[in-house]
Amino acid sequence: MLKRENIRIPVSQQALIVEKPIDTTTIGGTVTIQINEKKVSVPFGTTILDACKENQIHIPTLCHHPDLCIAGVCRICVVEVEGLRTLQTSCSFPVTSPIKIHTSTEKVRKARRHIIDLLLSEHYGECYSCFRNGNCELQSLAKEYGVDGYSFGHILEPKYKVDKSSAAVIRDMNKCILCKRCVRTCIDLQEVGVLEAINRGHETHVGTFLDKPLADVICINCGQCINRCPTAALRANDPSDEIWNAIDDPKKHVVIQTAPSPRAAIGEEFGIEPGHSFTGELNTALRRIGFDKVFDTNFTADLTIMEEGTELLRRLKKAVVEKDSSVKLPQFTSCSPGWIKFIEHFYPEYLDYLSSAKSPQQMFGAVIKTFYAKESKIDPADIITVALMPCAAKKFECNRPEMNSSGFKDVDYGLTTREMAKMIREAGIHLPEMPKSNFDEPFGNASGAGLIFGATGGVMEAALRTVYELVTGREVPFENLRIESCRGFEGIKQASIKLENCVESYNFLEGVELKFIVAHGTANAKKVMEMLQRGELSDVHFVEIMACPGGCLGGGGQPIPTSEEIRRKRAQAIYEEEEGLPVRKSHENVHIKYIYENFLTDGPCGELSHKLLHTHYTKRGKYIS
Amino acid sequence: METTLKTSKKRTGPVLFSNYQQADGIKKAIELGRENILLELKNSGLKGRGGAGFSTATKWMLSAAANAEKKFIVCNADEGEPGTFKDRVLLLEYPELVFDGMVIAGFTIGAKTGIVYLRGEYEYMLPSLEGFLNNMKEENLLGKNILEKEGFDFDINIRLGSGAYVCGEETALIESLEGYRGEPRNRPPFPVNTGYLGYPTIVNNVETLASIPHIIYKGGEWFKKNGTDKSKGSKLFSVSGDCRKPGVYELQWGTKINELLDIVEAKNCKAVQVGGASGVCLPKSQFNRSLAYEDAVTGGSIIIFDESRNMLKILKNFMEFFVEESCGQCTPCRVGNTKLLEGVENIEKGEYTFSYINKLKELGKTMQAASKCGLGQSSPNSFISILDNFKEEIFYSNRKGIKNVKA
Amino acid sequence: MLVVEKNNLSYEIERMIKEYGNDRQSLLQILQAIQKKYKHISDFAQQEIARLMNIHPVEVYSVISFYSFLSTEPKGRNIVRLCKTIACDMAGKDAVEIAVKRELGISFGETTNDQRISLEYTNCLGMCNEGPAMLINEKVYTHLDPEMAVNILNEIK
Ligand SMILES: Cc1cc2nc3c(=O)[nH]c(=O)nc-3n(C[C@H](O)[C@H](O)[C@H](O)COP(=O)(O)O)c2cc1C
Ligand code: SF4
Ligand code: SF4
Ligand code: SF4
Ligand code: SF4
Ligand code: FES
Ligand code: FES
Repeated sequence: MLKRENIRIPVSQQALIVEKPIDTTTIGGTVTIQINEKKVSVPFGTTILDACKENQIHIPTLCHHPDLCIAGVCRICVVEVEGLRTLQTSCSFPVTSPIKIHTSTEKVRKARRHIIDLLLSEHYGECYSCFRNGNCELQSLAKEYGVDGYSFGHILEPKYKVDKSSAAVIRDMNKCILCKRCVRTCIDLQEVGVLEAINRGHETHVGTFLDKPLADVICINCGQCINRCPTAALRANDPSDEIWNAIDDPKKHVVIQTAPSPRAAIGEEFGIEPGHSFTGELNTALRRIGFDKVFDTNFTADLTIMEEGTELLRRLKKAVVEKDSSVKLPQFTSCSPGWIKFIEHFYPEYLDYLSSAKSPQQMFGAVIKTFYAKESKIDPADIITVALMPCAAKKFECNRPEMNSSGFKDVDYGLTTREMAKMIREAGIHLPEMPKSNFDEPFGNASGAGLIFGATGGVMEAALRTVYELVTGREVPFENLRIESCRGFEGIKQASIKLENCVESYNFLEGVELKFIVAHGTANAKKVMEMLQRGELSDVHFVEIMACPGGCLGGGGQPIPTSEEIRRKRAQAIYEEEEGLPVRKSHENVHIKYIYENFLTDGPCGELSHKLLHTHYTKRGKYIS
Repeated sequence: METTLKTSKKRTGPVLFSNYQQADGIKKAIELGRENILLELKNSGLKGRGGAGFSTATKWMLSAAANAEKKFIVCNADEGEPGTFKDRVLLLEYPELVFDGMVIAGFTIGAKTGIVYLRGEYEYMLPSLEGFLNNMKEENLLGKNILEKEGFDFDINIRLGSGAYVCGEETALIESLEGYRGEPRNRPPFPVNTGYLGYPTIVNNVETLASIPHIIYKGGEWFKKNGTDKSKGSKLFSVSGDCRKPGVYELQWGTKINELLDIVEAKNCKAVQVGGASGVCLPKSQFNRSLAYEDAVTGGSIIIFDESRNMLKILKNFMEFFVEESCGQCTPCRVGNTKLLEGVENIEKGEYTFSYINKLKELGKTMQAASKCGLGQSSPNSFISILDNFKEEIFYSNRKGIKNVKA
Repeated sequence: MLVVEKNNLSYEIERMIKEYGNDRQSLLQILQAIQKKYKHISDFAQQEIARLMNIHPVEVYSVISFYSFLSTEPKGRNIVRLCKTIACDMAGKDAVEIAVKRELGISFGETTNDQRISLEYTNCLGMCNEGPAMLINEKVYTHLDPEMAVNILNEIK
């Protein structure tokens, strides 16, 4: 009856949950309980917290997170259960008998208030100088419980040094409340294993291996821990001050590229329900802030498809026609920098499986400081490129030493959705009120294929639309170009598409069943890599991996909070916007045709594109000295 | 230089330290069969001796009823409660009782493996205990088909702790056995259903297990003759502090504190800490209370303080203990204990108001109610009881003439 | 660390993992064995254990940091742990503490220069009726007085 959710994670963090009956109509399938005088029936094994939620009774939580297993450590969610001496945590208590629950007795209220007081007594910092001001679970709790002073004193000196070593994630343990959501995110959800509780008793803190700076351990910069931290203990490395300086500097030509996912989520930062895109409004806002040009990262997403797709076809040709057994298949996508660092650390011997194509962000940087600089006659030294990304790892990526193929730092700053929203607010702009406008030439509006890069499976879907058409001369055979097998939030999706009646130049692929796998979240990536190690992927051709759950729309730079429901709505917004676009295949993007005709004249995977649009990887391994 | 360890047993009592011949209990158990063992146990009224006082029969019945391919018996020998050392005496001088108890437990619930979680501080016992287990194996009291009983397999291995008091808490102990930090788990589910490696597991104190062979061999009725209505049998008390004869005493449940003080020859006694650092501190006026589950309950620790002791210093020592030994996972205990310690320090400095003291006591009550495990639930006991029972000394006297506990 | 030492250590860890098994429940036993042999669990040892047991290094570190008897920093050949809990405290632990510190010229939490002795505090050793008590490696010494404690320490190698 009782089972463990997941054997991999430390048991203290595992939910020992009660399996819910499949059929709640059978005898014993439901239990009738009483919550504050109200009798309700719930499925056997429901937690008290869920039972209350379903019955519109609010219970505060801190360590609980819908994406993670139960911890039961903050104790803020306590309730009284009749017959039990102590208070019980509603997030961890499964209903298995007809209990009577009281959610707001004096004892309960006092306990919650005490817990808040205790947390605040050790919480160094003030809300007005904190980036989570207004979006902080601890702060809202303090407000909910009317805290108007420090009952047990207040720490006046910081206890920990702020760790600013990482290009992506800043850790300020003085604001940590030890809910361990980051620990469960990193170990269990992402299976990277950077963070754990260190020491015991009052010395307990969340730390890294040997308490080293984050930059020195195997952090993949995915930022998922930031998204799940209830306070400001974790935040992204924010470059907005430098960007403001650049904007204010009349000599600098500041251009910004915006990725698809931020548009589908930035509304949340302005109080809009998840699930609405603000592409046009964002363009206007960015110009008003002072960016000289606003470009669409989807342009280089389309470019990525051309390069990565061509690379795949070449590998296939080598393997099928030339019978070259050194060709590495399946080819893995390379647009997620979190994933790249993950494979560099954990599977360095498999780097050759990665596509050598840069991520869209880095391609754009290189294109802007070469092609665009030439076309618009601006000295690339005066160009500052900013990338608005849903991602924390992009900050690390743009700082990789090899990312300077234009002769300059290709992308100067990676900016997250959250930081962009802050800049917009700082400029006195309320985003939803902005009129809509288009992206700037010479890159213009990109295809929908680039747009769906934001959701897990998007790269695959975009690539298939192009590859299939290149090979067969026909559109992918799906209604409205929707390749459903690429969509949805299943951890690992496998599917295939048959290539028939191929065009002349690709008839070596005649009858080939093109097999692909889509995985999101590095825990799933790990599973895929283990399949590869066991030799189970020998008949698979193409694998898309995104480091973040849900893909980029669930990236570490996206608005907080996050949950599967929120991510689903963002995905829906992206797919809806995509269907409304006039061009929905990368190879049909006129600007793509233009750049190959006028700049990358030796075509996809040609010499120039190799120099500008492709990269190499570093074997990092797991050892830390 | 050899260990200066001497026997600490001071009084042989009528139950636990009564005569027992190794294997008698096991033989009787085989004769009785599972159901009768459980009935005998139920009849004896035995409750856990580790502190919580949960009915042993109920615990065993629950895990006997659980359906699983594996089950485990864990002997909790993490004895870390300040002032407790009776398990040490049992393990060194009566290992046959403890191990026979485990074998009987295994037989009863159908477990094949027993684990002794021995605190790291007791590593010096390891050679003798392992030698003892080997003898048992040779005599077919462990291993396969024990005493020729078909299918009665049981083995015991000893695992060491590594210096963490909280690992005495049964779910923390299981975490520690599994190779994790000793952080207590959420309950429900309980170890009887979901324990070591997820299998049904009985965790019993050394003394509880040591009572089993007696009960099985001599009967629940016999066991019950001692003690009170609600506390059956006798109890080992570890007595330390200001008295002439500290040591381990087997006394009936229901013995009055006064009587105990006489037996151990304590003079000028001002206060008695019943139940160790996580117990309560009683003043003279309460010395007529009896030691029993229904009155002053203890896992066995009795610490005696005479007139010369400074109660505030004692409290400080206790609170320092909890601040260090809390596992640190839950808020009320991790932060709460530091606040209580801070309170003691502020009283020491004379920087306090009574409303502040009352606030801290209220906080203590929240810790008792909202902490995740017994550590945080009981650590405020000393704080509240010492400040309540020794108000005069702490707040009103100038504390002259009171010898400090610390130099 | 020299390559030879590293190799020896790896070999030793592999041997231990063979002995105890590479399941998670062997972790504490392996850590205890390494602690005992090398007097600490080095960075490298932690990563080797993590690799061979297929867990994350930070998990190993996290477990070590939880238990008082495990350490990541090198300790002396002999670890002396003086009980500082109530019964020993009342029985005169302070006097022993002062004498020991003076004799060795180090404070608690430190190791002598010759790596002979590390001094540490510990909580109740279960010897409360015979306090003050201390543990030297796994041996326990009770009814200490300052002179006796110092003599004992001077005798150990
Ligand atoms: C912080 C803490 C420490 C404990 N330490 C011990 C211990 O050292 N020995 C012990 O037998 N029980 C200890 N217990 C009690 C155990 O959790 C558990 O109740 C006991 O082992 C059950 O055995 P029993 O039913 O035989 O008493 C401790 C409990 C807590 C909360
Ligand atoms: S983390 Fe939250 S509570 Fe803390 S200072 Fe920031 S906003 Fe305030
Ligand atoms: S950024 Fe990702 S890998 Fe790094 S600590 Fe956070 S969750 Fe772990
Ligand atoms: S860093 Fe954030 S998520 Fe992690 S434990 Fe602290 S408060 Fe929780
Ligand atoms: S009460 Fe203390 S020891 Fe128990 S779980 Fe909470 S923090 Fe850990
Ligand atoms: S939300 Fe339930 S204990 Fe933290
Ligand atoms: S108090 Fe020192 S051994 Fe118990």
